[in-house]
Parts: sequence; structure tokens; C-alpha cells
Amino acid sequence: MQEALRFLQTDAQPVDRGAFIEQAQLLRRSSEAAARGLPLTIRGLRKSFGDNEVLRGIDLHIPAGQFVAIVGRSGCGKSTLLRLIAGLETIDAGTVSFGEHARPEDVRVMFQEPRLLPWARVLSNVEVGLGRDRASPDAQVRAEKALGEVGLDDKRDQWPAVLSGGQKQRVALARALVSHPRVLAFDEPLGALDALTRISMQRLLERVWRDQAFTAILVTHDVSEAVALADRVLVIEDGRIAHDVSVDIPRPRRRGSADLAALEGSILRNLLQSADDTSDL
Amino acid sequence: MRLIESLPRVRSLRLPRADGLIQWIVPLAIILVWQLACVTGFVPARVLPAPSDVALAGWKLLLSGELARNIWVSFWRASVGFVIGGGIGFAFGLVNGLSQLSNKLTDTTLQMVRNIPHLALIPLVILWFGIDESAKLFLVALGVFFPIYLNTLHGIRTVDPQLIEMGRIYGMTDGELFRRVIFPGALPSIFVGVRFALGIMWLTLIVAETIAASSGLGYMAMQAREFMLIDVVVLSILIYALLGKLADSASRVLERLTLSWHPAFQKQ
Repeated sequence: MQEALRFLQTDAQPVDRGAFIEQAQLLRRSSEAAARGLPLTIRGLRKSFGDNEVLRGIDLHIPAGQFVAIVGRSGCGKSTLLRLIAGLETIDAGTVSFGEHARPEDVRVMFQEPRLLPWARVLSNVEVGLGRDRASPDAQVRAEKALGEVGLDDKRDQWPAVLSGGQKQRVALARALVSHPRVLAFDEPLGALDALTRISMQRLLERVWRDQAFTAILVTHDVSEAVALADRVLVIEDGRIAHDVSVDIPRPRRRGSADLAALEGSILRNLLQSADDTSDL
Repeated sequence: MRLIESLPRVRSLRLPRADGLIQWIVPLAIILVWQLACVTGFVPARVLPAPSDVALAGWKLLLSGELARNIWVSFWRASVGFVIGGGIGFAFGLVNGLSQLSNKLTDTTLQMVRNIPHLALIPLVILWFGIDESAKLFLVALGVFFPIYLNTLHGIRTVDPQLIEMGRIYGMTDGELFRRVIFPGALPSIFVGVRFALGIMWLTLIVAETIAASSGLGYMAMQAREFMLIDVVVLSILIYALLGKLADSASRVLERLTLSWHPAFQKQ
């Protein structure tokens, strides 16, 4: 970058300032476009572990940039669906496709556990998220920026062991964000946090999603979290999508508002009803 | 309040620190009591010479150059044997920890060999190597091989699979995965192996040198026994204790340097 600037200054004197700024803006816009989300299409997706058929034919289209929450009782296959989307398991039948060719850095996952390397300082943990760009000279700058986005600039030289649970999860978020993914999959990322930390983490997730406009897929067992964050809630039962509920409540959403509560109630009723129906519980 | 105050003290008791002189109080007290018992005639000099006599014997041997030569020979045998046996054990631990095939191929054999007390091989080793240097090196190497092999293998096997999955997701190559995830994860366990091995290293060397050697601390002790020089015998035993302590301290320093991320090694 510095090389290029010096080049412009010495050899290209006549370049007028206006054209230069315009070019820079164009460059910036194209990099913003690259950060936008990818659409996701799933057709006839099936997955079994031994005799246990976990997913029994999932058909789903997620438009680019949508925030989708997947809820369901434990063992319904929601985490398996997420792991298939993220490419962590092999697909038995069906397809998962992202509109265009997705690079490995375009799809990132955040787990319930932070999965930080205990022997690496916070900043190097974030650098891990750069994937193949880890060795590039601007790696550290990018990692610092991502750490700033989650509000942990001052912890860059700490060991993960001294951080609180919420802070560790924010470092994990920074690591997932640092490569500017176009699809971000969350596997119950807030499941192990206390109630207050959960709420501030939910706000953080919503903010980075709005800033970076990636496609977000959040697996959670907390229906109130799902309706608070998502544009759309999918209810999975017995390996199929049982309900597809769109959440048309404008943002910013007020926690505990009547609209959210009503929606949460109806989704919960669906879940509980089906639980009563099945005798094998 | 009182409970809270006591907590950090409990921690520091569990983790002895190099800067504390507390650890030397008990050894010094023992020497003091020992000296007192000898001077008063409670313990006859034929059974146990006074520490001052032992120190005097040490001084004489030091002046003659015999002590330094024997310590050097023993130290050399210990470290070379340790490097050879530890190196091979580490290599086998790595390979068997990373490759199922290699593990299936060699682990059973190694476990069988492990169950033979390596000191039982002394007669065979003397027949093979005589009382040459290679005999001692072979025994020390064999002795330190197993603790390092087992703990390296265990360390690699128990690296958190979630971290390995994370590394794969973030596009680490096999080399990077080893360097950034597997090896640092196995390191605490490897250090446990090293410290076990250091103990076995001295034990093996003492036995080997007392039975089959023409130099070294063990040989010096055996020679002294022949001439009823009990102060030299006690001196060699004390030097073994000091050398053992030195090796242990060195491994602790190394541990603290490389495991500074570990909660157990962080400053309070």
C-alpha cells in the first residue's frame, strides 16, 4: 500500500486529486460489496449417524444478508444442519450451495465454547481467523481492527485464561469476523453465558451483523433470543422444518415488548404441543 | 475475610517458587541436627560421619581434581543418555500420537519392552558392551525413553479435539496445526515426562556406575567403600541429591518459560 502511494506521489504528479479520490471510493465500495452476505440454498438434505436419521429432507432458501434463527428441542438435528452448512460433516444426500463459489474464509462458525488457543495471546487468537492470510503483513492490523469491533482492544496481549466467559466469546467472535465472512453460522454461541452477558452479546451480534451485512444462521434453544435477533425463525422437528415464521418486527427491537412476547409464545406453544404428541419422550 | 486471605497462600504452597528460600529450611535443619548428633557422639562416626567431615573429604577430593573429574563424567553420561533416550522417546511419542498406523505397529512392542525393568538388563548390557561408556549410555537412554514416550503420546492424544476442529475450520495446514495447536497442547504432559525421566536418569546412572564403571560418582562411592572411606560414600550420595535437584530446577525453569500461558504458572 505504501509502495503504491509513493509511486503516485513521485511519478504520477499530473493525476488530479478528484479522480484519485473517486478511484479510492470505487475501491472501497467494491470491498464493501465483497463483505455482503451470500445466499444459501439447501435441497433435499439428509444426514444419518448409523441407524439414526437426523435430517430427513431439508429444503430451504436463505436470501443474502438474512438473519435466520433455527430452534428446536435438543436432538432435533438443528446443530447437525448447521454443521452441514458449515461443511463440518459430510452430506449423505442433497445439496448445500451458496449462490456463487464460496471461499473457505467466506463461511465461518462460532461455537458454544470459545475454542481459543490457551497458549496464544488474544491478538494471535484473532489472527488465526484470517485463514490463509495469516502470514500477510497486515494480519496484525486486521486482527486489531476486529478486536476493536468487539470492544476488546485493551485485552490484546492477555492470555485467554484471564478473560471472563463473555470476553472469551467476544474474542471468538472477533476471530470469526476478521476474515470478513459472508456467511456466519452460530452454534448456540451464548448458551454458556449468564443472563446479562447474554443480552449484551445479543446486542453485539446484532450490531456486527448490521455493520457487516453477512448472512447469519443462529442455532439456539432460546426462543426469546431467536425472535429478538432474527428476521426469520425456523422450527425443526424430527429432522424436518416444521414451521417457518418470519419476524416482521422493526429494529431496534425492545426486549420484552408485547409483539416479541406474543411471537415467542406462539412458537413455544408449537414446540410444546409437538412434545406432548410424541409419547417417546 | 480470613478465608479469603488464606487462599493465595494455599496457592503458593502448591507451587514452590525459585525465589523463595523457604525450601532450603528443612535440608539445612537436617544437616544441623545431623552435625549435632555426630559431635555429641550420639551417632558413631563409623556409622555416619559428621557433615563437617563430609565437607572436608569433599574439599580434599576437590583439590586433587578427582571430584570434578568424576562429577563431569557422571554429568556427561547422564545428559548424553538423556538426550539420546529422550529424543527417541519424543520422536516415537510424536509419530505414534499422530499416526494410527505407526501406533498399531509399534505400541504393543514398546509396552512389552516397558514392562521389563531396564536395570534387569545390566548383566546382558555388560556382556554386550563391557563396562564401556556405551553400556551406561544405553541404560540411561533406555530408562528415560519410556516416561518421555508415554507422556508425549498421552499429551498428543489428549489435545482438545474441539481445538483441532477449530484449527481445521480456519484452514490450518497439517504443519501449522501441529505447531500452533497439537504441540503446545501436548507440552504440559511432555514436561511431566521429562521430570519423571530426570529421576530415572540419575537412578539408572547410580546403579550402572556402582556395578560397572571405572570412573564417575558411583565408581567413586564404590571405591571409597572398599577402603572404608565412609565420608566419601556419604559425599557421593549428597552430590547425587544436589545434581538431581539441579536437573529438576532446570526443567522447572524451562516449564515456566514455555507454559507461561497456563493458569498454574501465571503470576498472582
